[in-house]
Amino acid sequence: MEASILVIQLLNGLQLGILLFLLSAGLTLTFGIMDFVNLAHGALYMLGAFFCATLTIYTGSFLLAVAVAIPLTALAGYILERLVVQHLYHRDHLDHVLATFGLILCIDTLVHLIWGPEGIAIPLPEILNTQVEIFPGIVFPTFRLLIIGMGLTAAAGLYLLVNHTRVGMLIRAGASNRRMVGALGVDISTLFSGVFALGAALAGLAGMLIAPITEASIGMGSDIIITTFVVIIIGGIGSMKGAFLAALIIGLIDTFGRSFLDDIFKIFMSGEAAETAAPAVSAMLIYILMAVILAFRPQGLFPPLTR
Amino acid sequence: MPEATIGKQHTAVKWISIVMITALAVIPFGLYLAGNAFWLDIFTRLVILAIAACGLNLILGLGGLVSFGHAAYIGLGAYAVGIPVYHSTYGGMDAIASYNGFVHLGLAMAVCALFALVTGIISLRTRGVNFIMITMAFGQMMFYAIVSLETYGGDDGLTIDLRSEFPLITLDNPVTLYIVCYLSLLALVFLLHRISHSRFGLILQGAKFNEERMGAIGVNCYRYQLTAFVLSGLICGYAGFLLGNFTTFISPEMMDWTRSGEIMFMVILGGAAALWGPVIGAVIFIVLEFVLSEITIYWHLYFGLLLIFSVLFMRGGVSGALSRWFNSSRSSGTQRQA
Repeated sequence: MEASILVIQLLNGLQLGILLFLLSAGLTLTFGIMDFVNLAHGALYMLGAFFCATLTIYTGSFLLAVAVAIPLTALAGYILERLVVQHLYHRDHLDHVLATFGLILCIDTLVHLIWGPEGIAIPLPEILNTQVEIFPGIVFPTFRLLIIGMGLTAAAGLYLLVNHTRVGMLIRAGASNRRMVGALGVDISTLFSGVFALGAALAGLAGMLIAPITEASIGMGSDIIITTFVVIIIGGIGSMKGAFLAALIIGLIDTFGRSFLDDIFKIFMSGEAAETAAPAVSAMLIYILMAVILAFRPQGLFPPLTR
Repeated sequence: MPEATIGKQHTAVKWISIVMITALAVIPFGLYLAGNAFWLDIFTRLVILAIAACGLNLILGLGGLVSFGHAAYIGLGAYAVGIPVYHSTYGGMDAIASYNGFVHLGLAMAVCALFALVTGIISLRTRGVNFIMITMAFGQMMFYAIVSLETYGGDDGLTIDLRSEFPLITLDNPVTLYIVCYLSLLALVFLLHRISHSRFGLILQGAKFNEERMGAIGVNCYRYQLTAFVLSGLICGYAGFLLGNFTTFISPEMMDWTRSGEIMFMVILGGAAALWGPVIGAVIFIVLEFVLSEITIYWHLYFGLLLIFSVLFMRGGVSGALSRWFNSSRSSGTQRQA
């Protein structure tokens, strides 16, 4: 019994970690290459969810909707980059933060204008809306397994793209010295737009994957963006490997904290005190972890070697 | 870069000071006496947020450290009023249960100082983006901590049944409350003026431009920045204490990271480099928020556009633009602006 809960929570933690990785990958790309802090990354996550919701309702197929919504979110990212973000690269981080905060206000309001204040639930196809028995006696929702699968596929695809293609070579070169890349005749402006759009697509994918479980709602991006920041701070800002490992660590610790902390607390304090303390501590757990890690390694666990 | 130091103020600042001091005294009372009591509320909120913005500006404008978690201090200050009042009404936690304003204020200052000290020690070891994100994460940590405290309403917030009790002063009277807030703001602006001219303030500004050089001349910047960080948290905590007494309803929503963004927006909109910048920013923010939200429920869109516009095209905020205009109209061509 205890073991089955453990396995299920392990999978849940893994699923949260995968989502966080999809989000932090985009932030890592934009930060690593353009040295740009994008608070509006969560807004792209939300846009992805809303695009997918509408398309699912129109087309009737969730998978088709995802396939169309990913390029749509990338396009939204591309437009944002061309309109606003591009003009901010040479500014300092304070300007990045403020302008993208302004973008959040704009995008949230536009979503409110278009889709209304209510969240939109995404209906899952019958085939995904089931449970599978992964081990004897342990059942897990099929869709959550799909999230893990799709997330890992995206991570693998990203790994191949960055490490084994010409575009990836430019991305890596840009991350270590973008001026030099420009001097060698690479169209930096297009590269930046492309990378930003790629980050947007990854964030959008995360939004599409989570929306059938929660729903597409305004403000979903603002909640998750801070957790994403915690991930990339712990991982070491700009490091893809760090983002991946830290995302899994955070996903697991957050999930385990929320499900088991009260039991752990009950070992050494009264039941009532544990009931009060556990939710507060589990809500703060990942931040406490961040604080502890930063106290020893201000640059994060796996800081990028270049720069 | 002359406009980046608070210490070297233009003569414009004298006039801006006089205008602001008079306007914040005359306008709300004029409207109040004319029968628009509602505007006194708007101005009270405005002055309280101006205090918070000035507090943030101590570290942001003077120290050049972009802290994105200052709403947490406002929330802590407000809950330092709410929680003792809750316990003296419903019992429990005898150690802090009180209606006494000095207890509330003391608690607010103690909690904010402690939180600022602990998070400051860690976050000031980093710079730039890391610092922004870490302060943001710590702020959000307090948000989630308060949300998870079901006793005090959690997500739904907490109604403060009675305002802080002080001898001779009754905060229940809106006029008295406004006067307290107004005088607090004046005292704070004066304090910041003195700080920016002090050794402490000069070291902060020096560290903002070049920490290594400051180190080379024998200054340990970290200590000064940590002190400024704590002081800045205390000021925001005080603003929270006032806000709790003003609204008498507090919720975790007031310490969400987007609130921190709004305070930062005020500072930048008004101009982080100027003494009165944050106050001007708060005035514009609150008045605009009120006017726009009367016209449309989609007013956040205009706010977002204004924010993007002011970042892209208006360096130094409104006060930067004002002093540029002031200088050019006095035909002093010697001071070229960046």
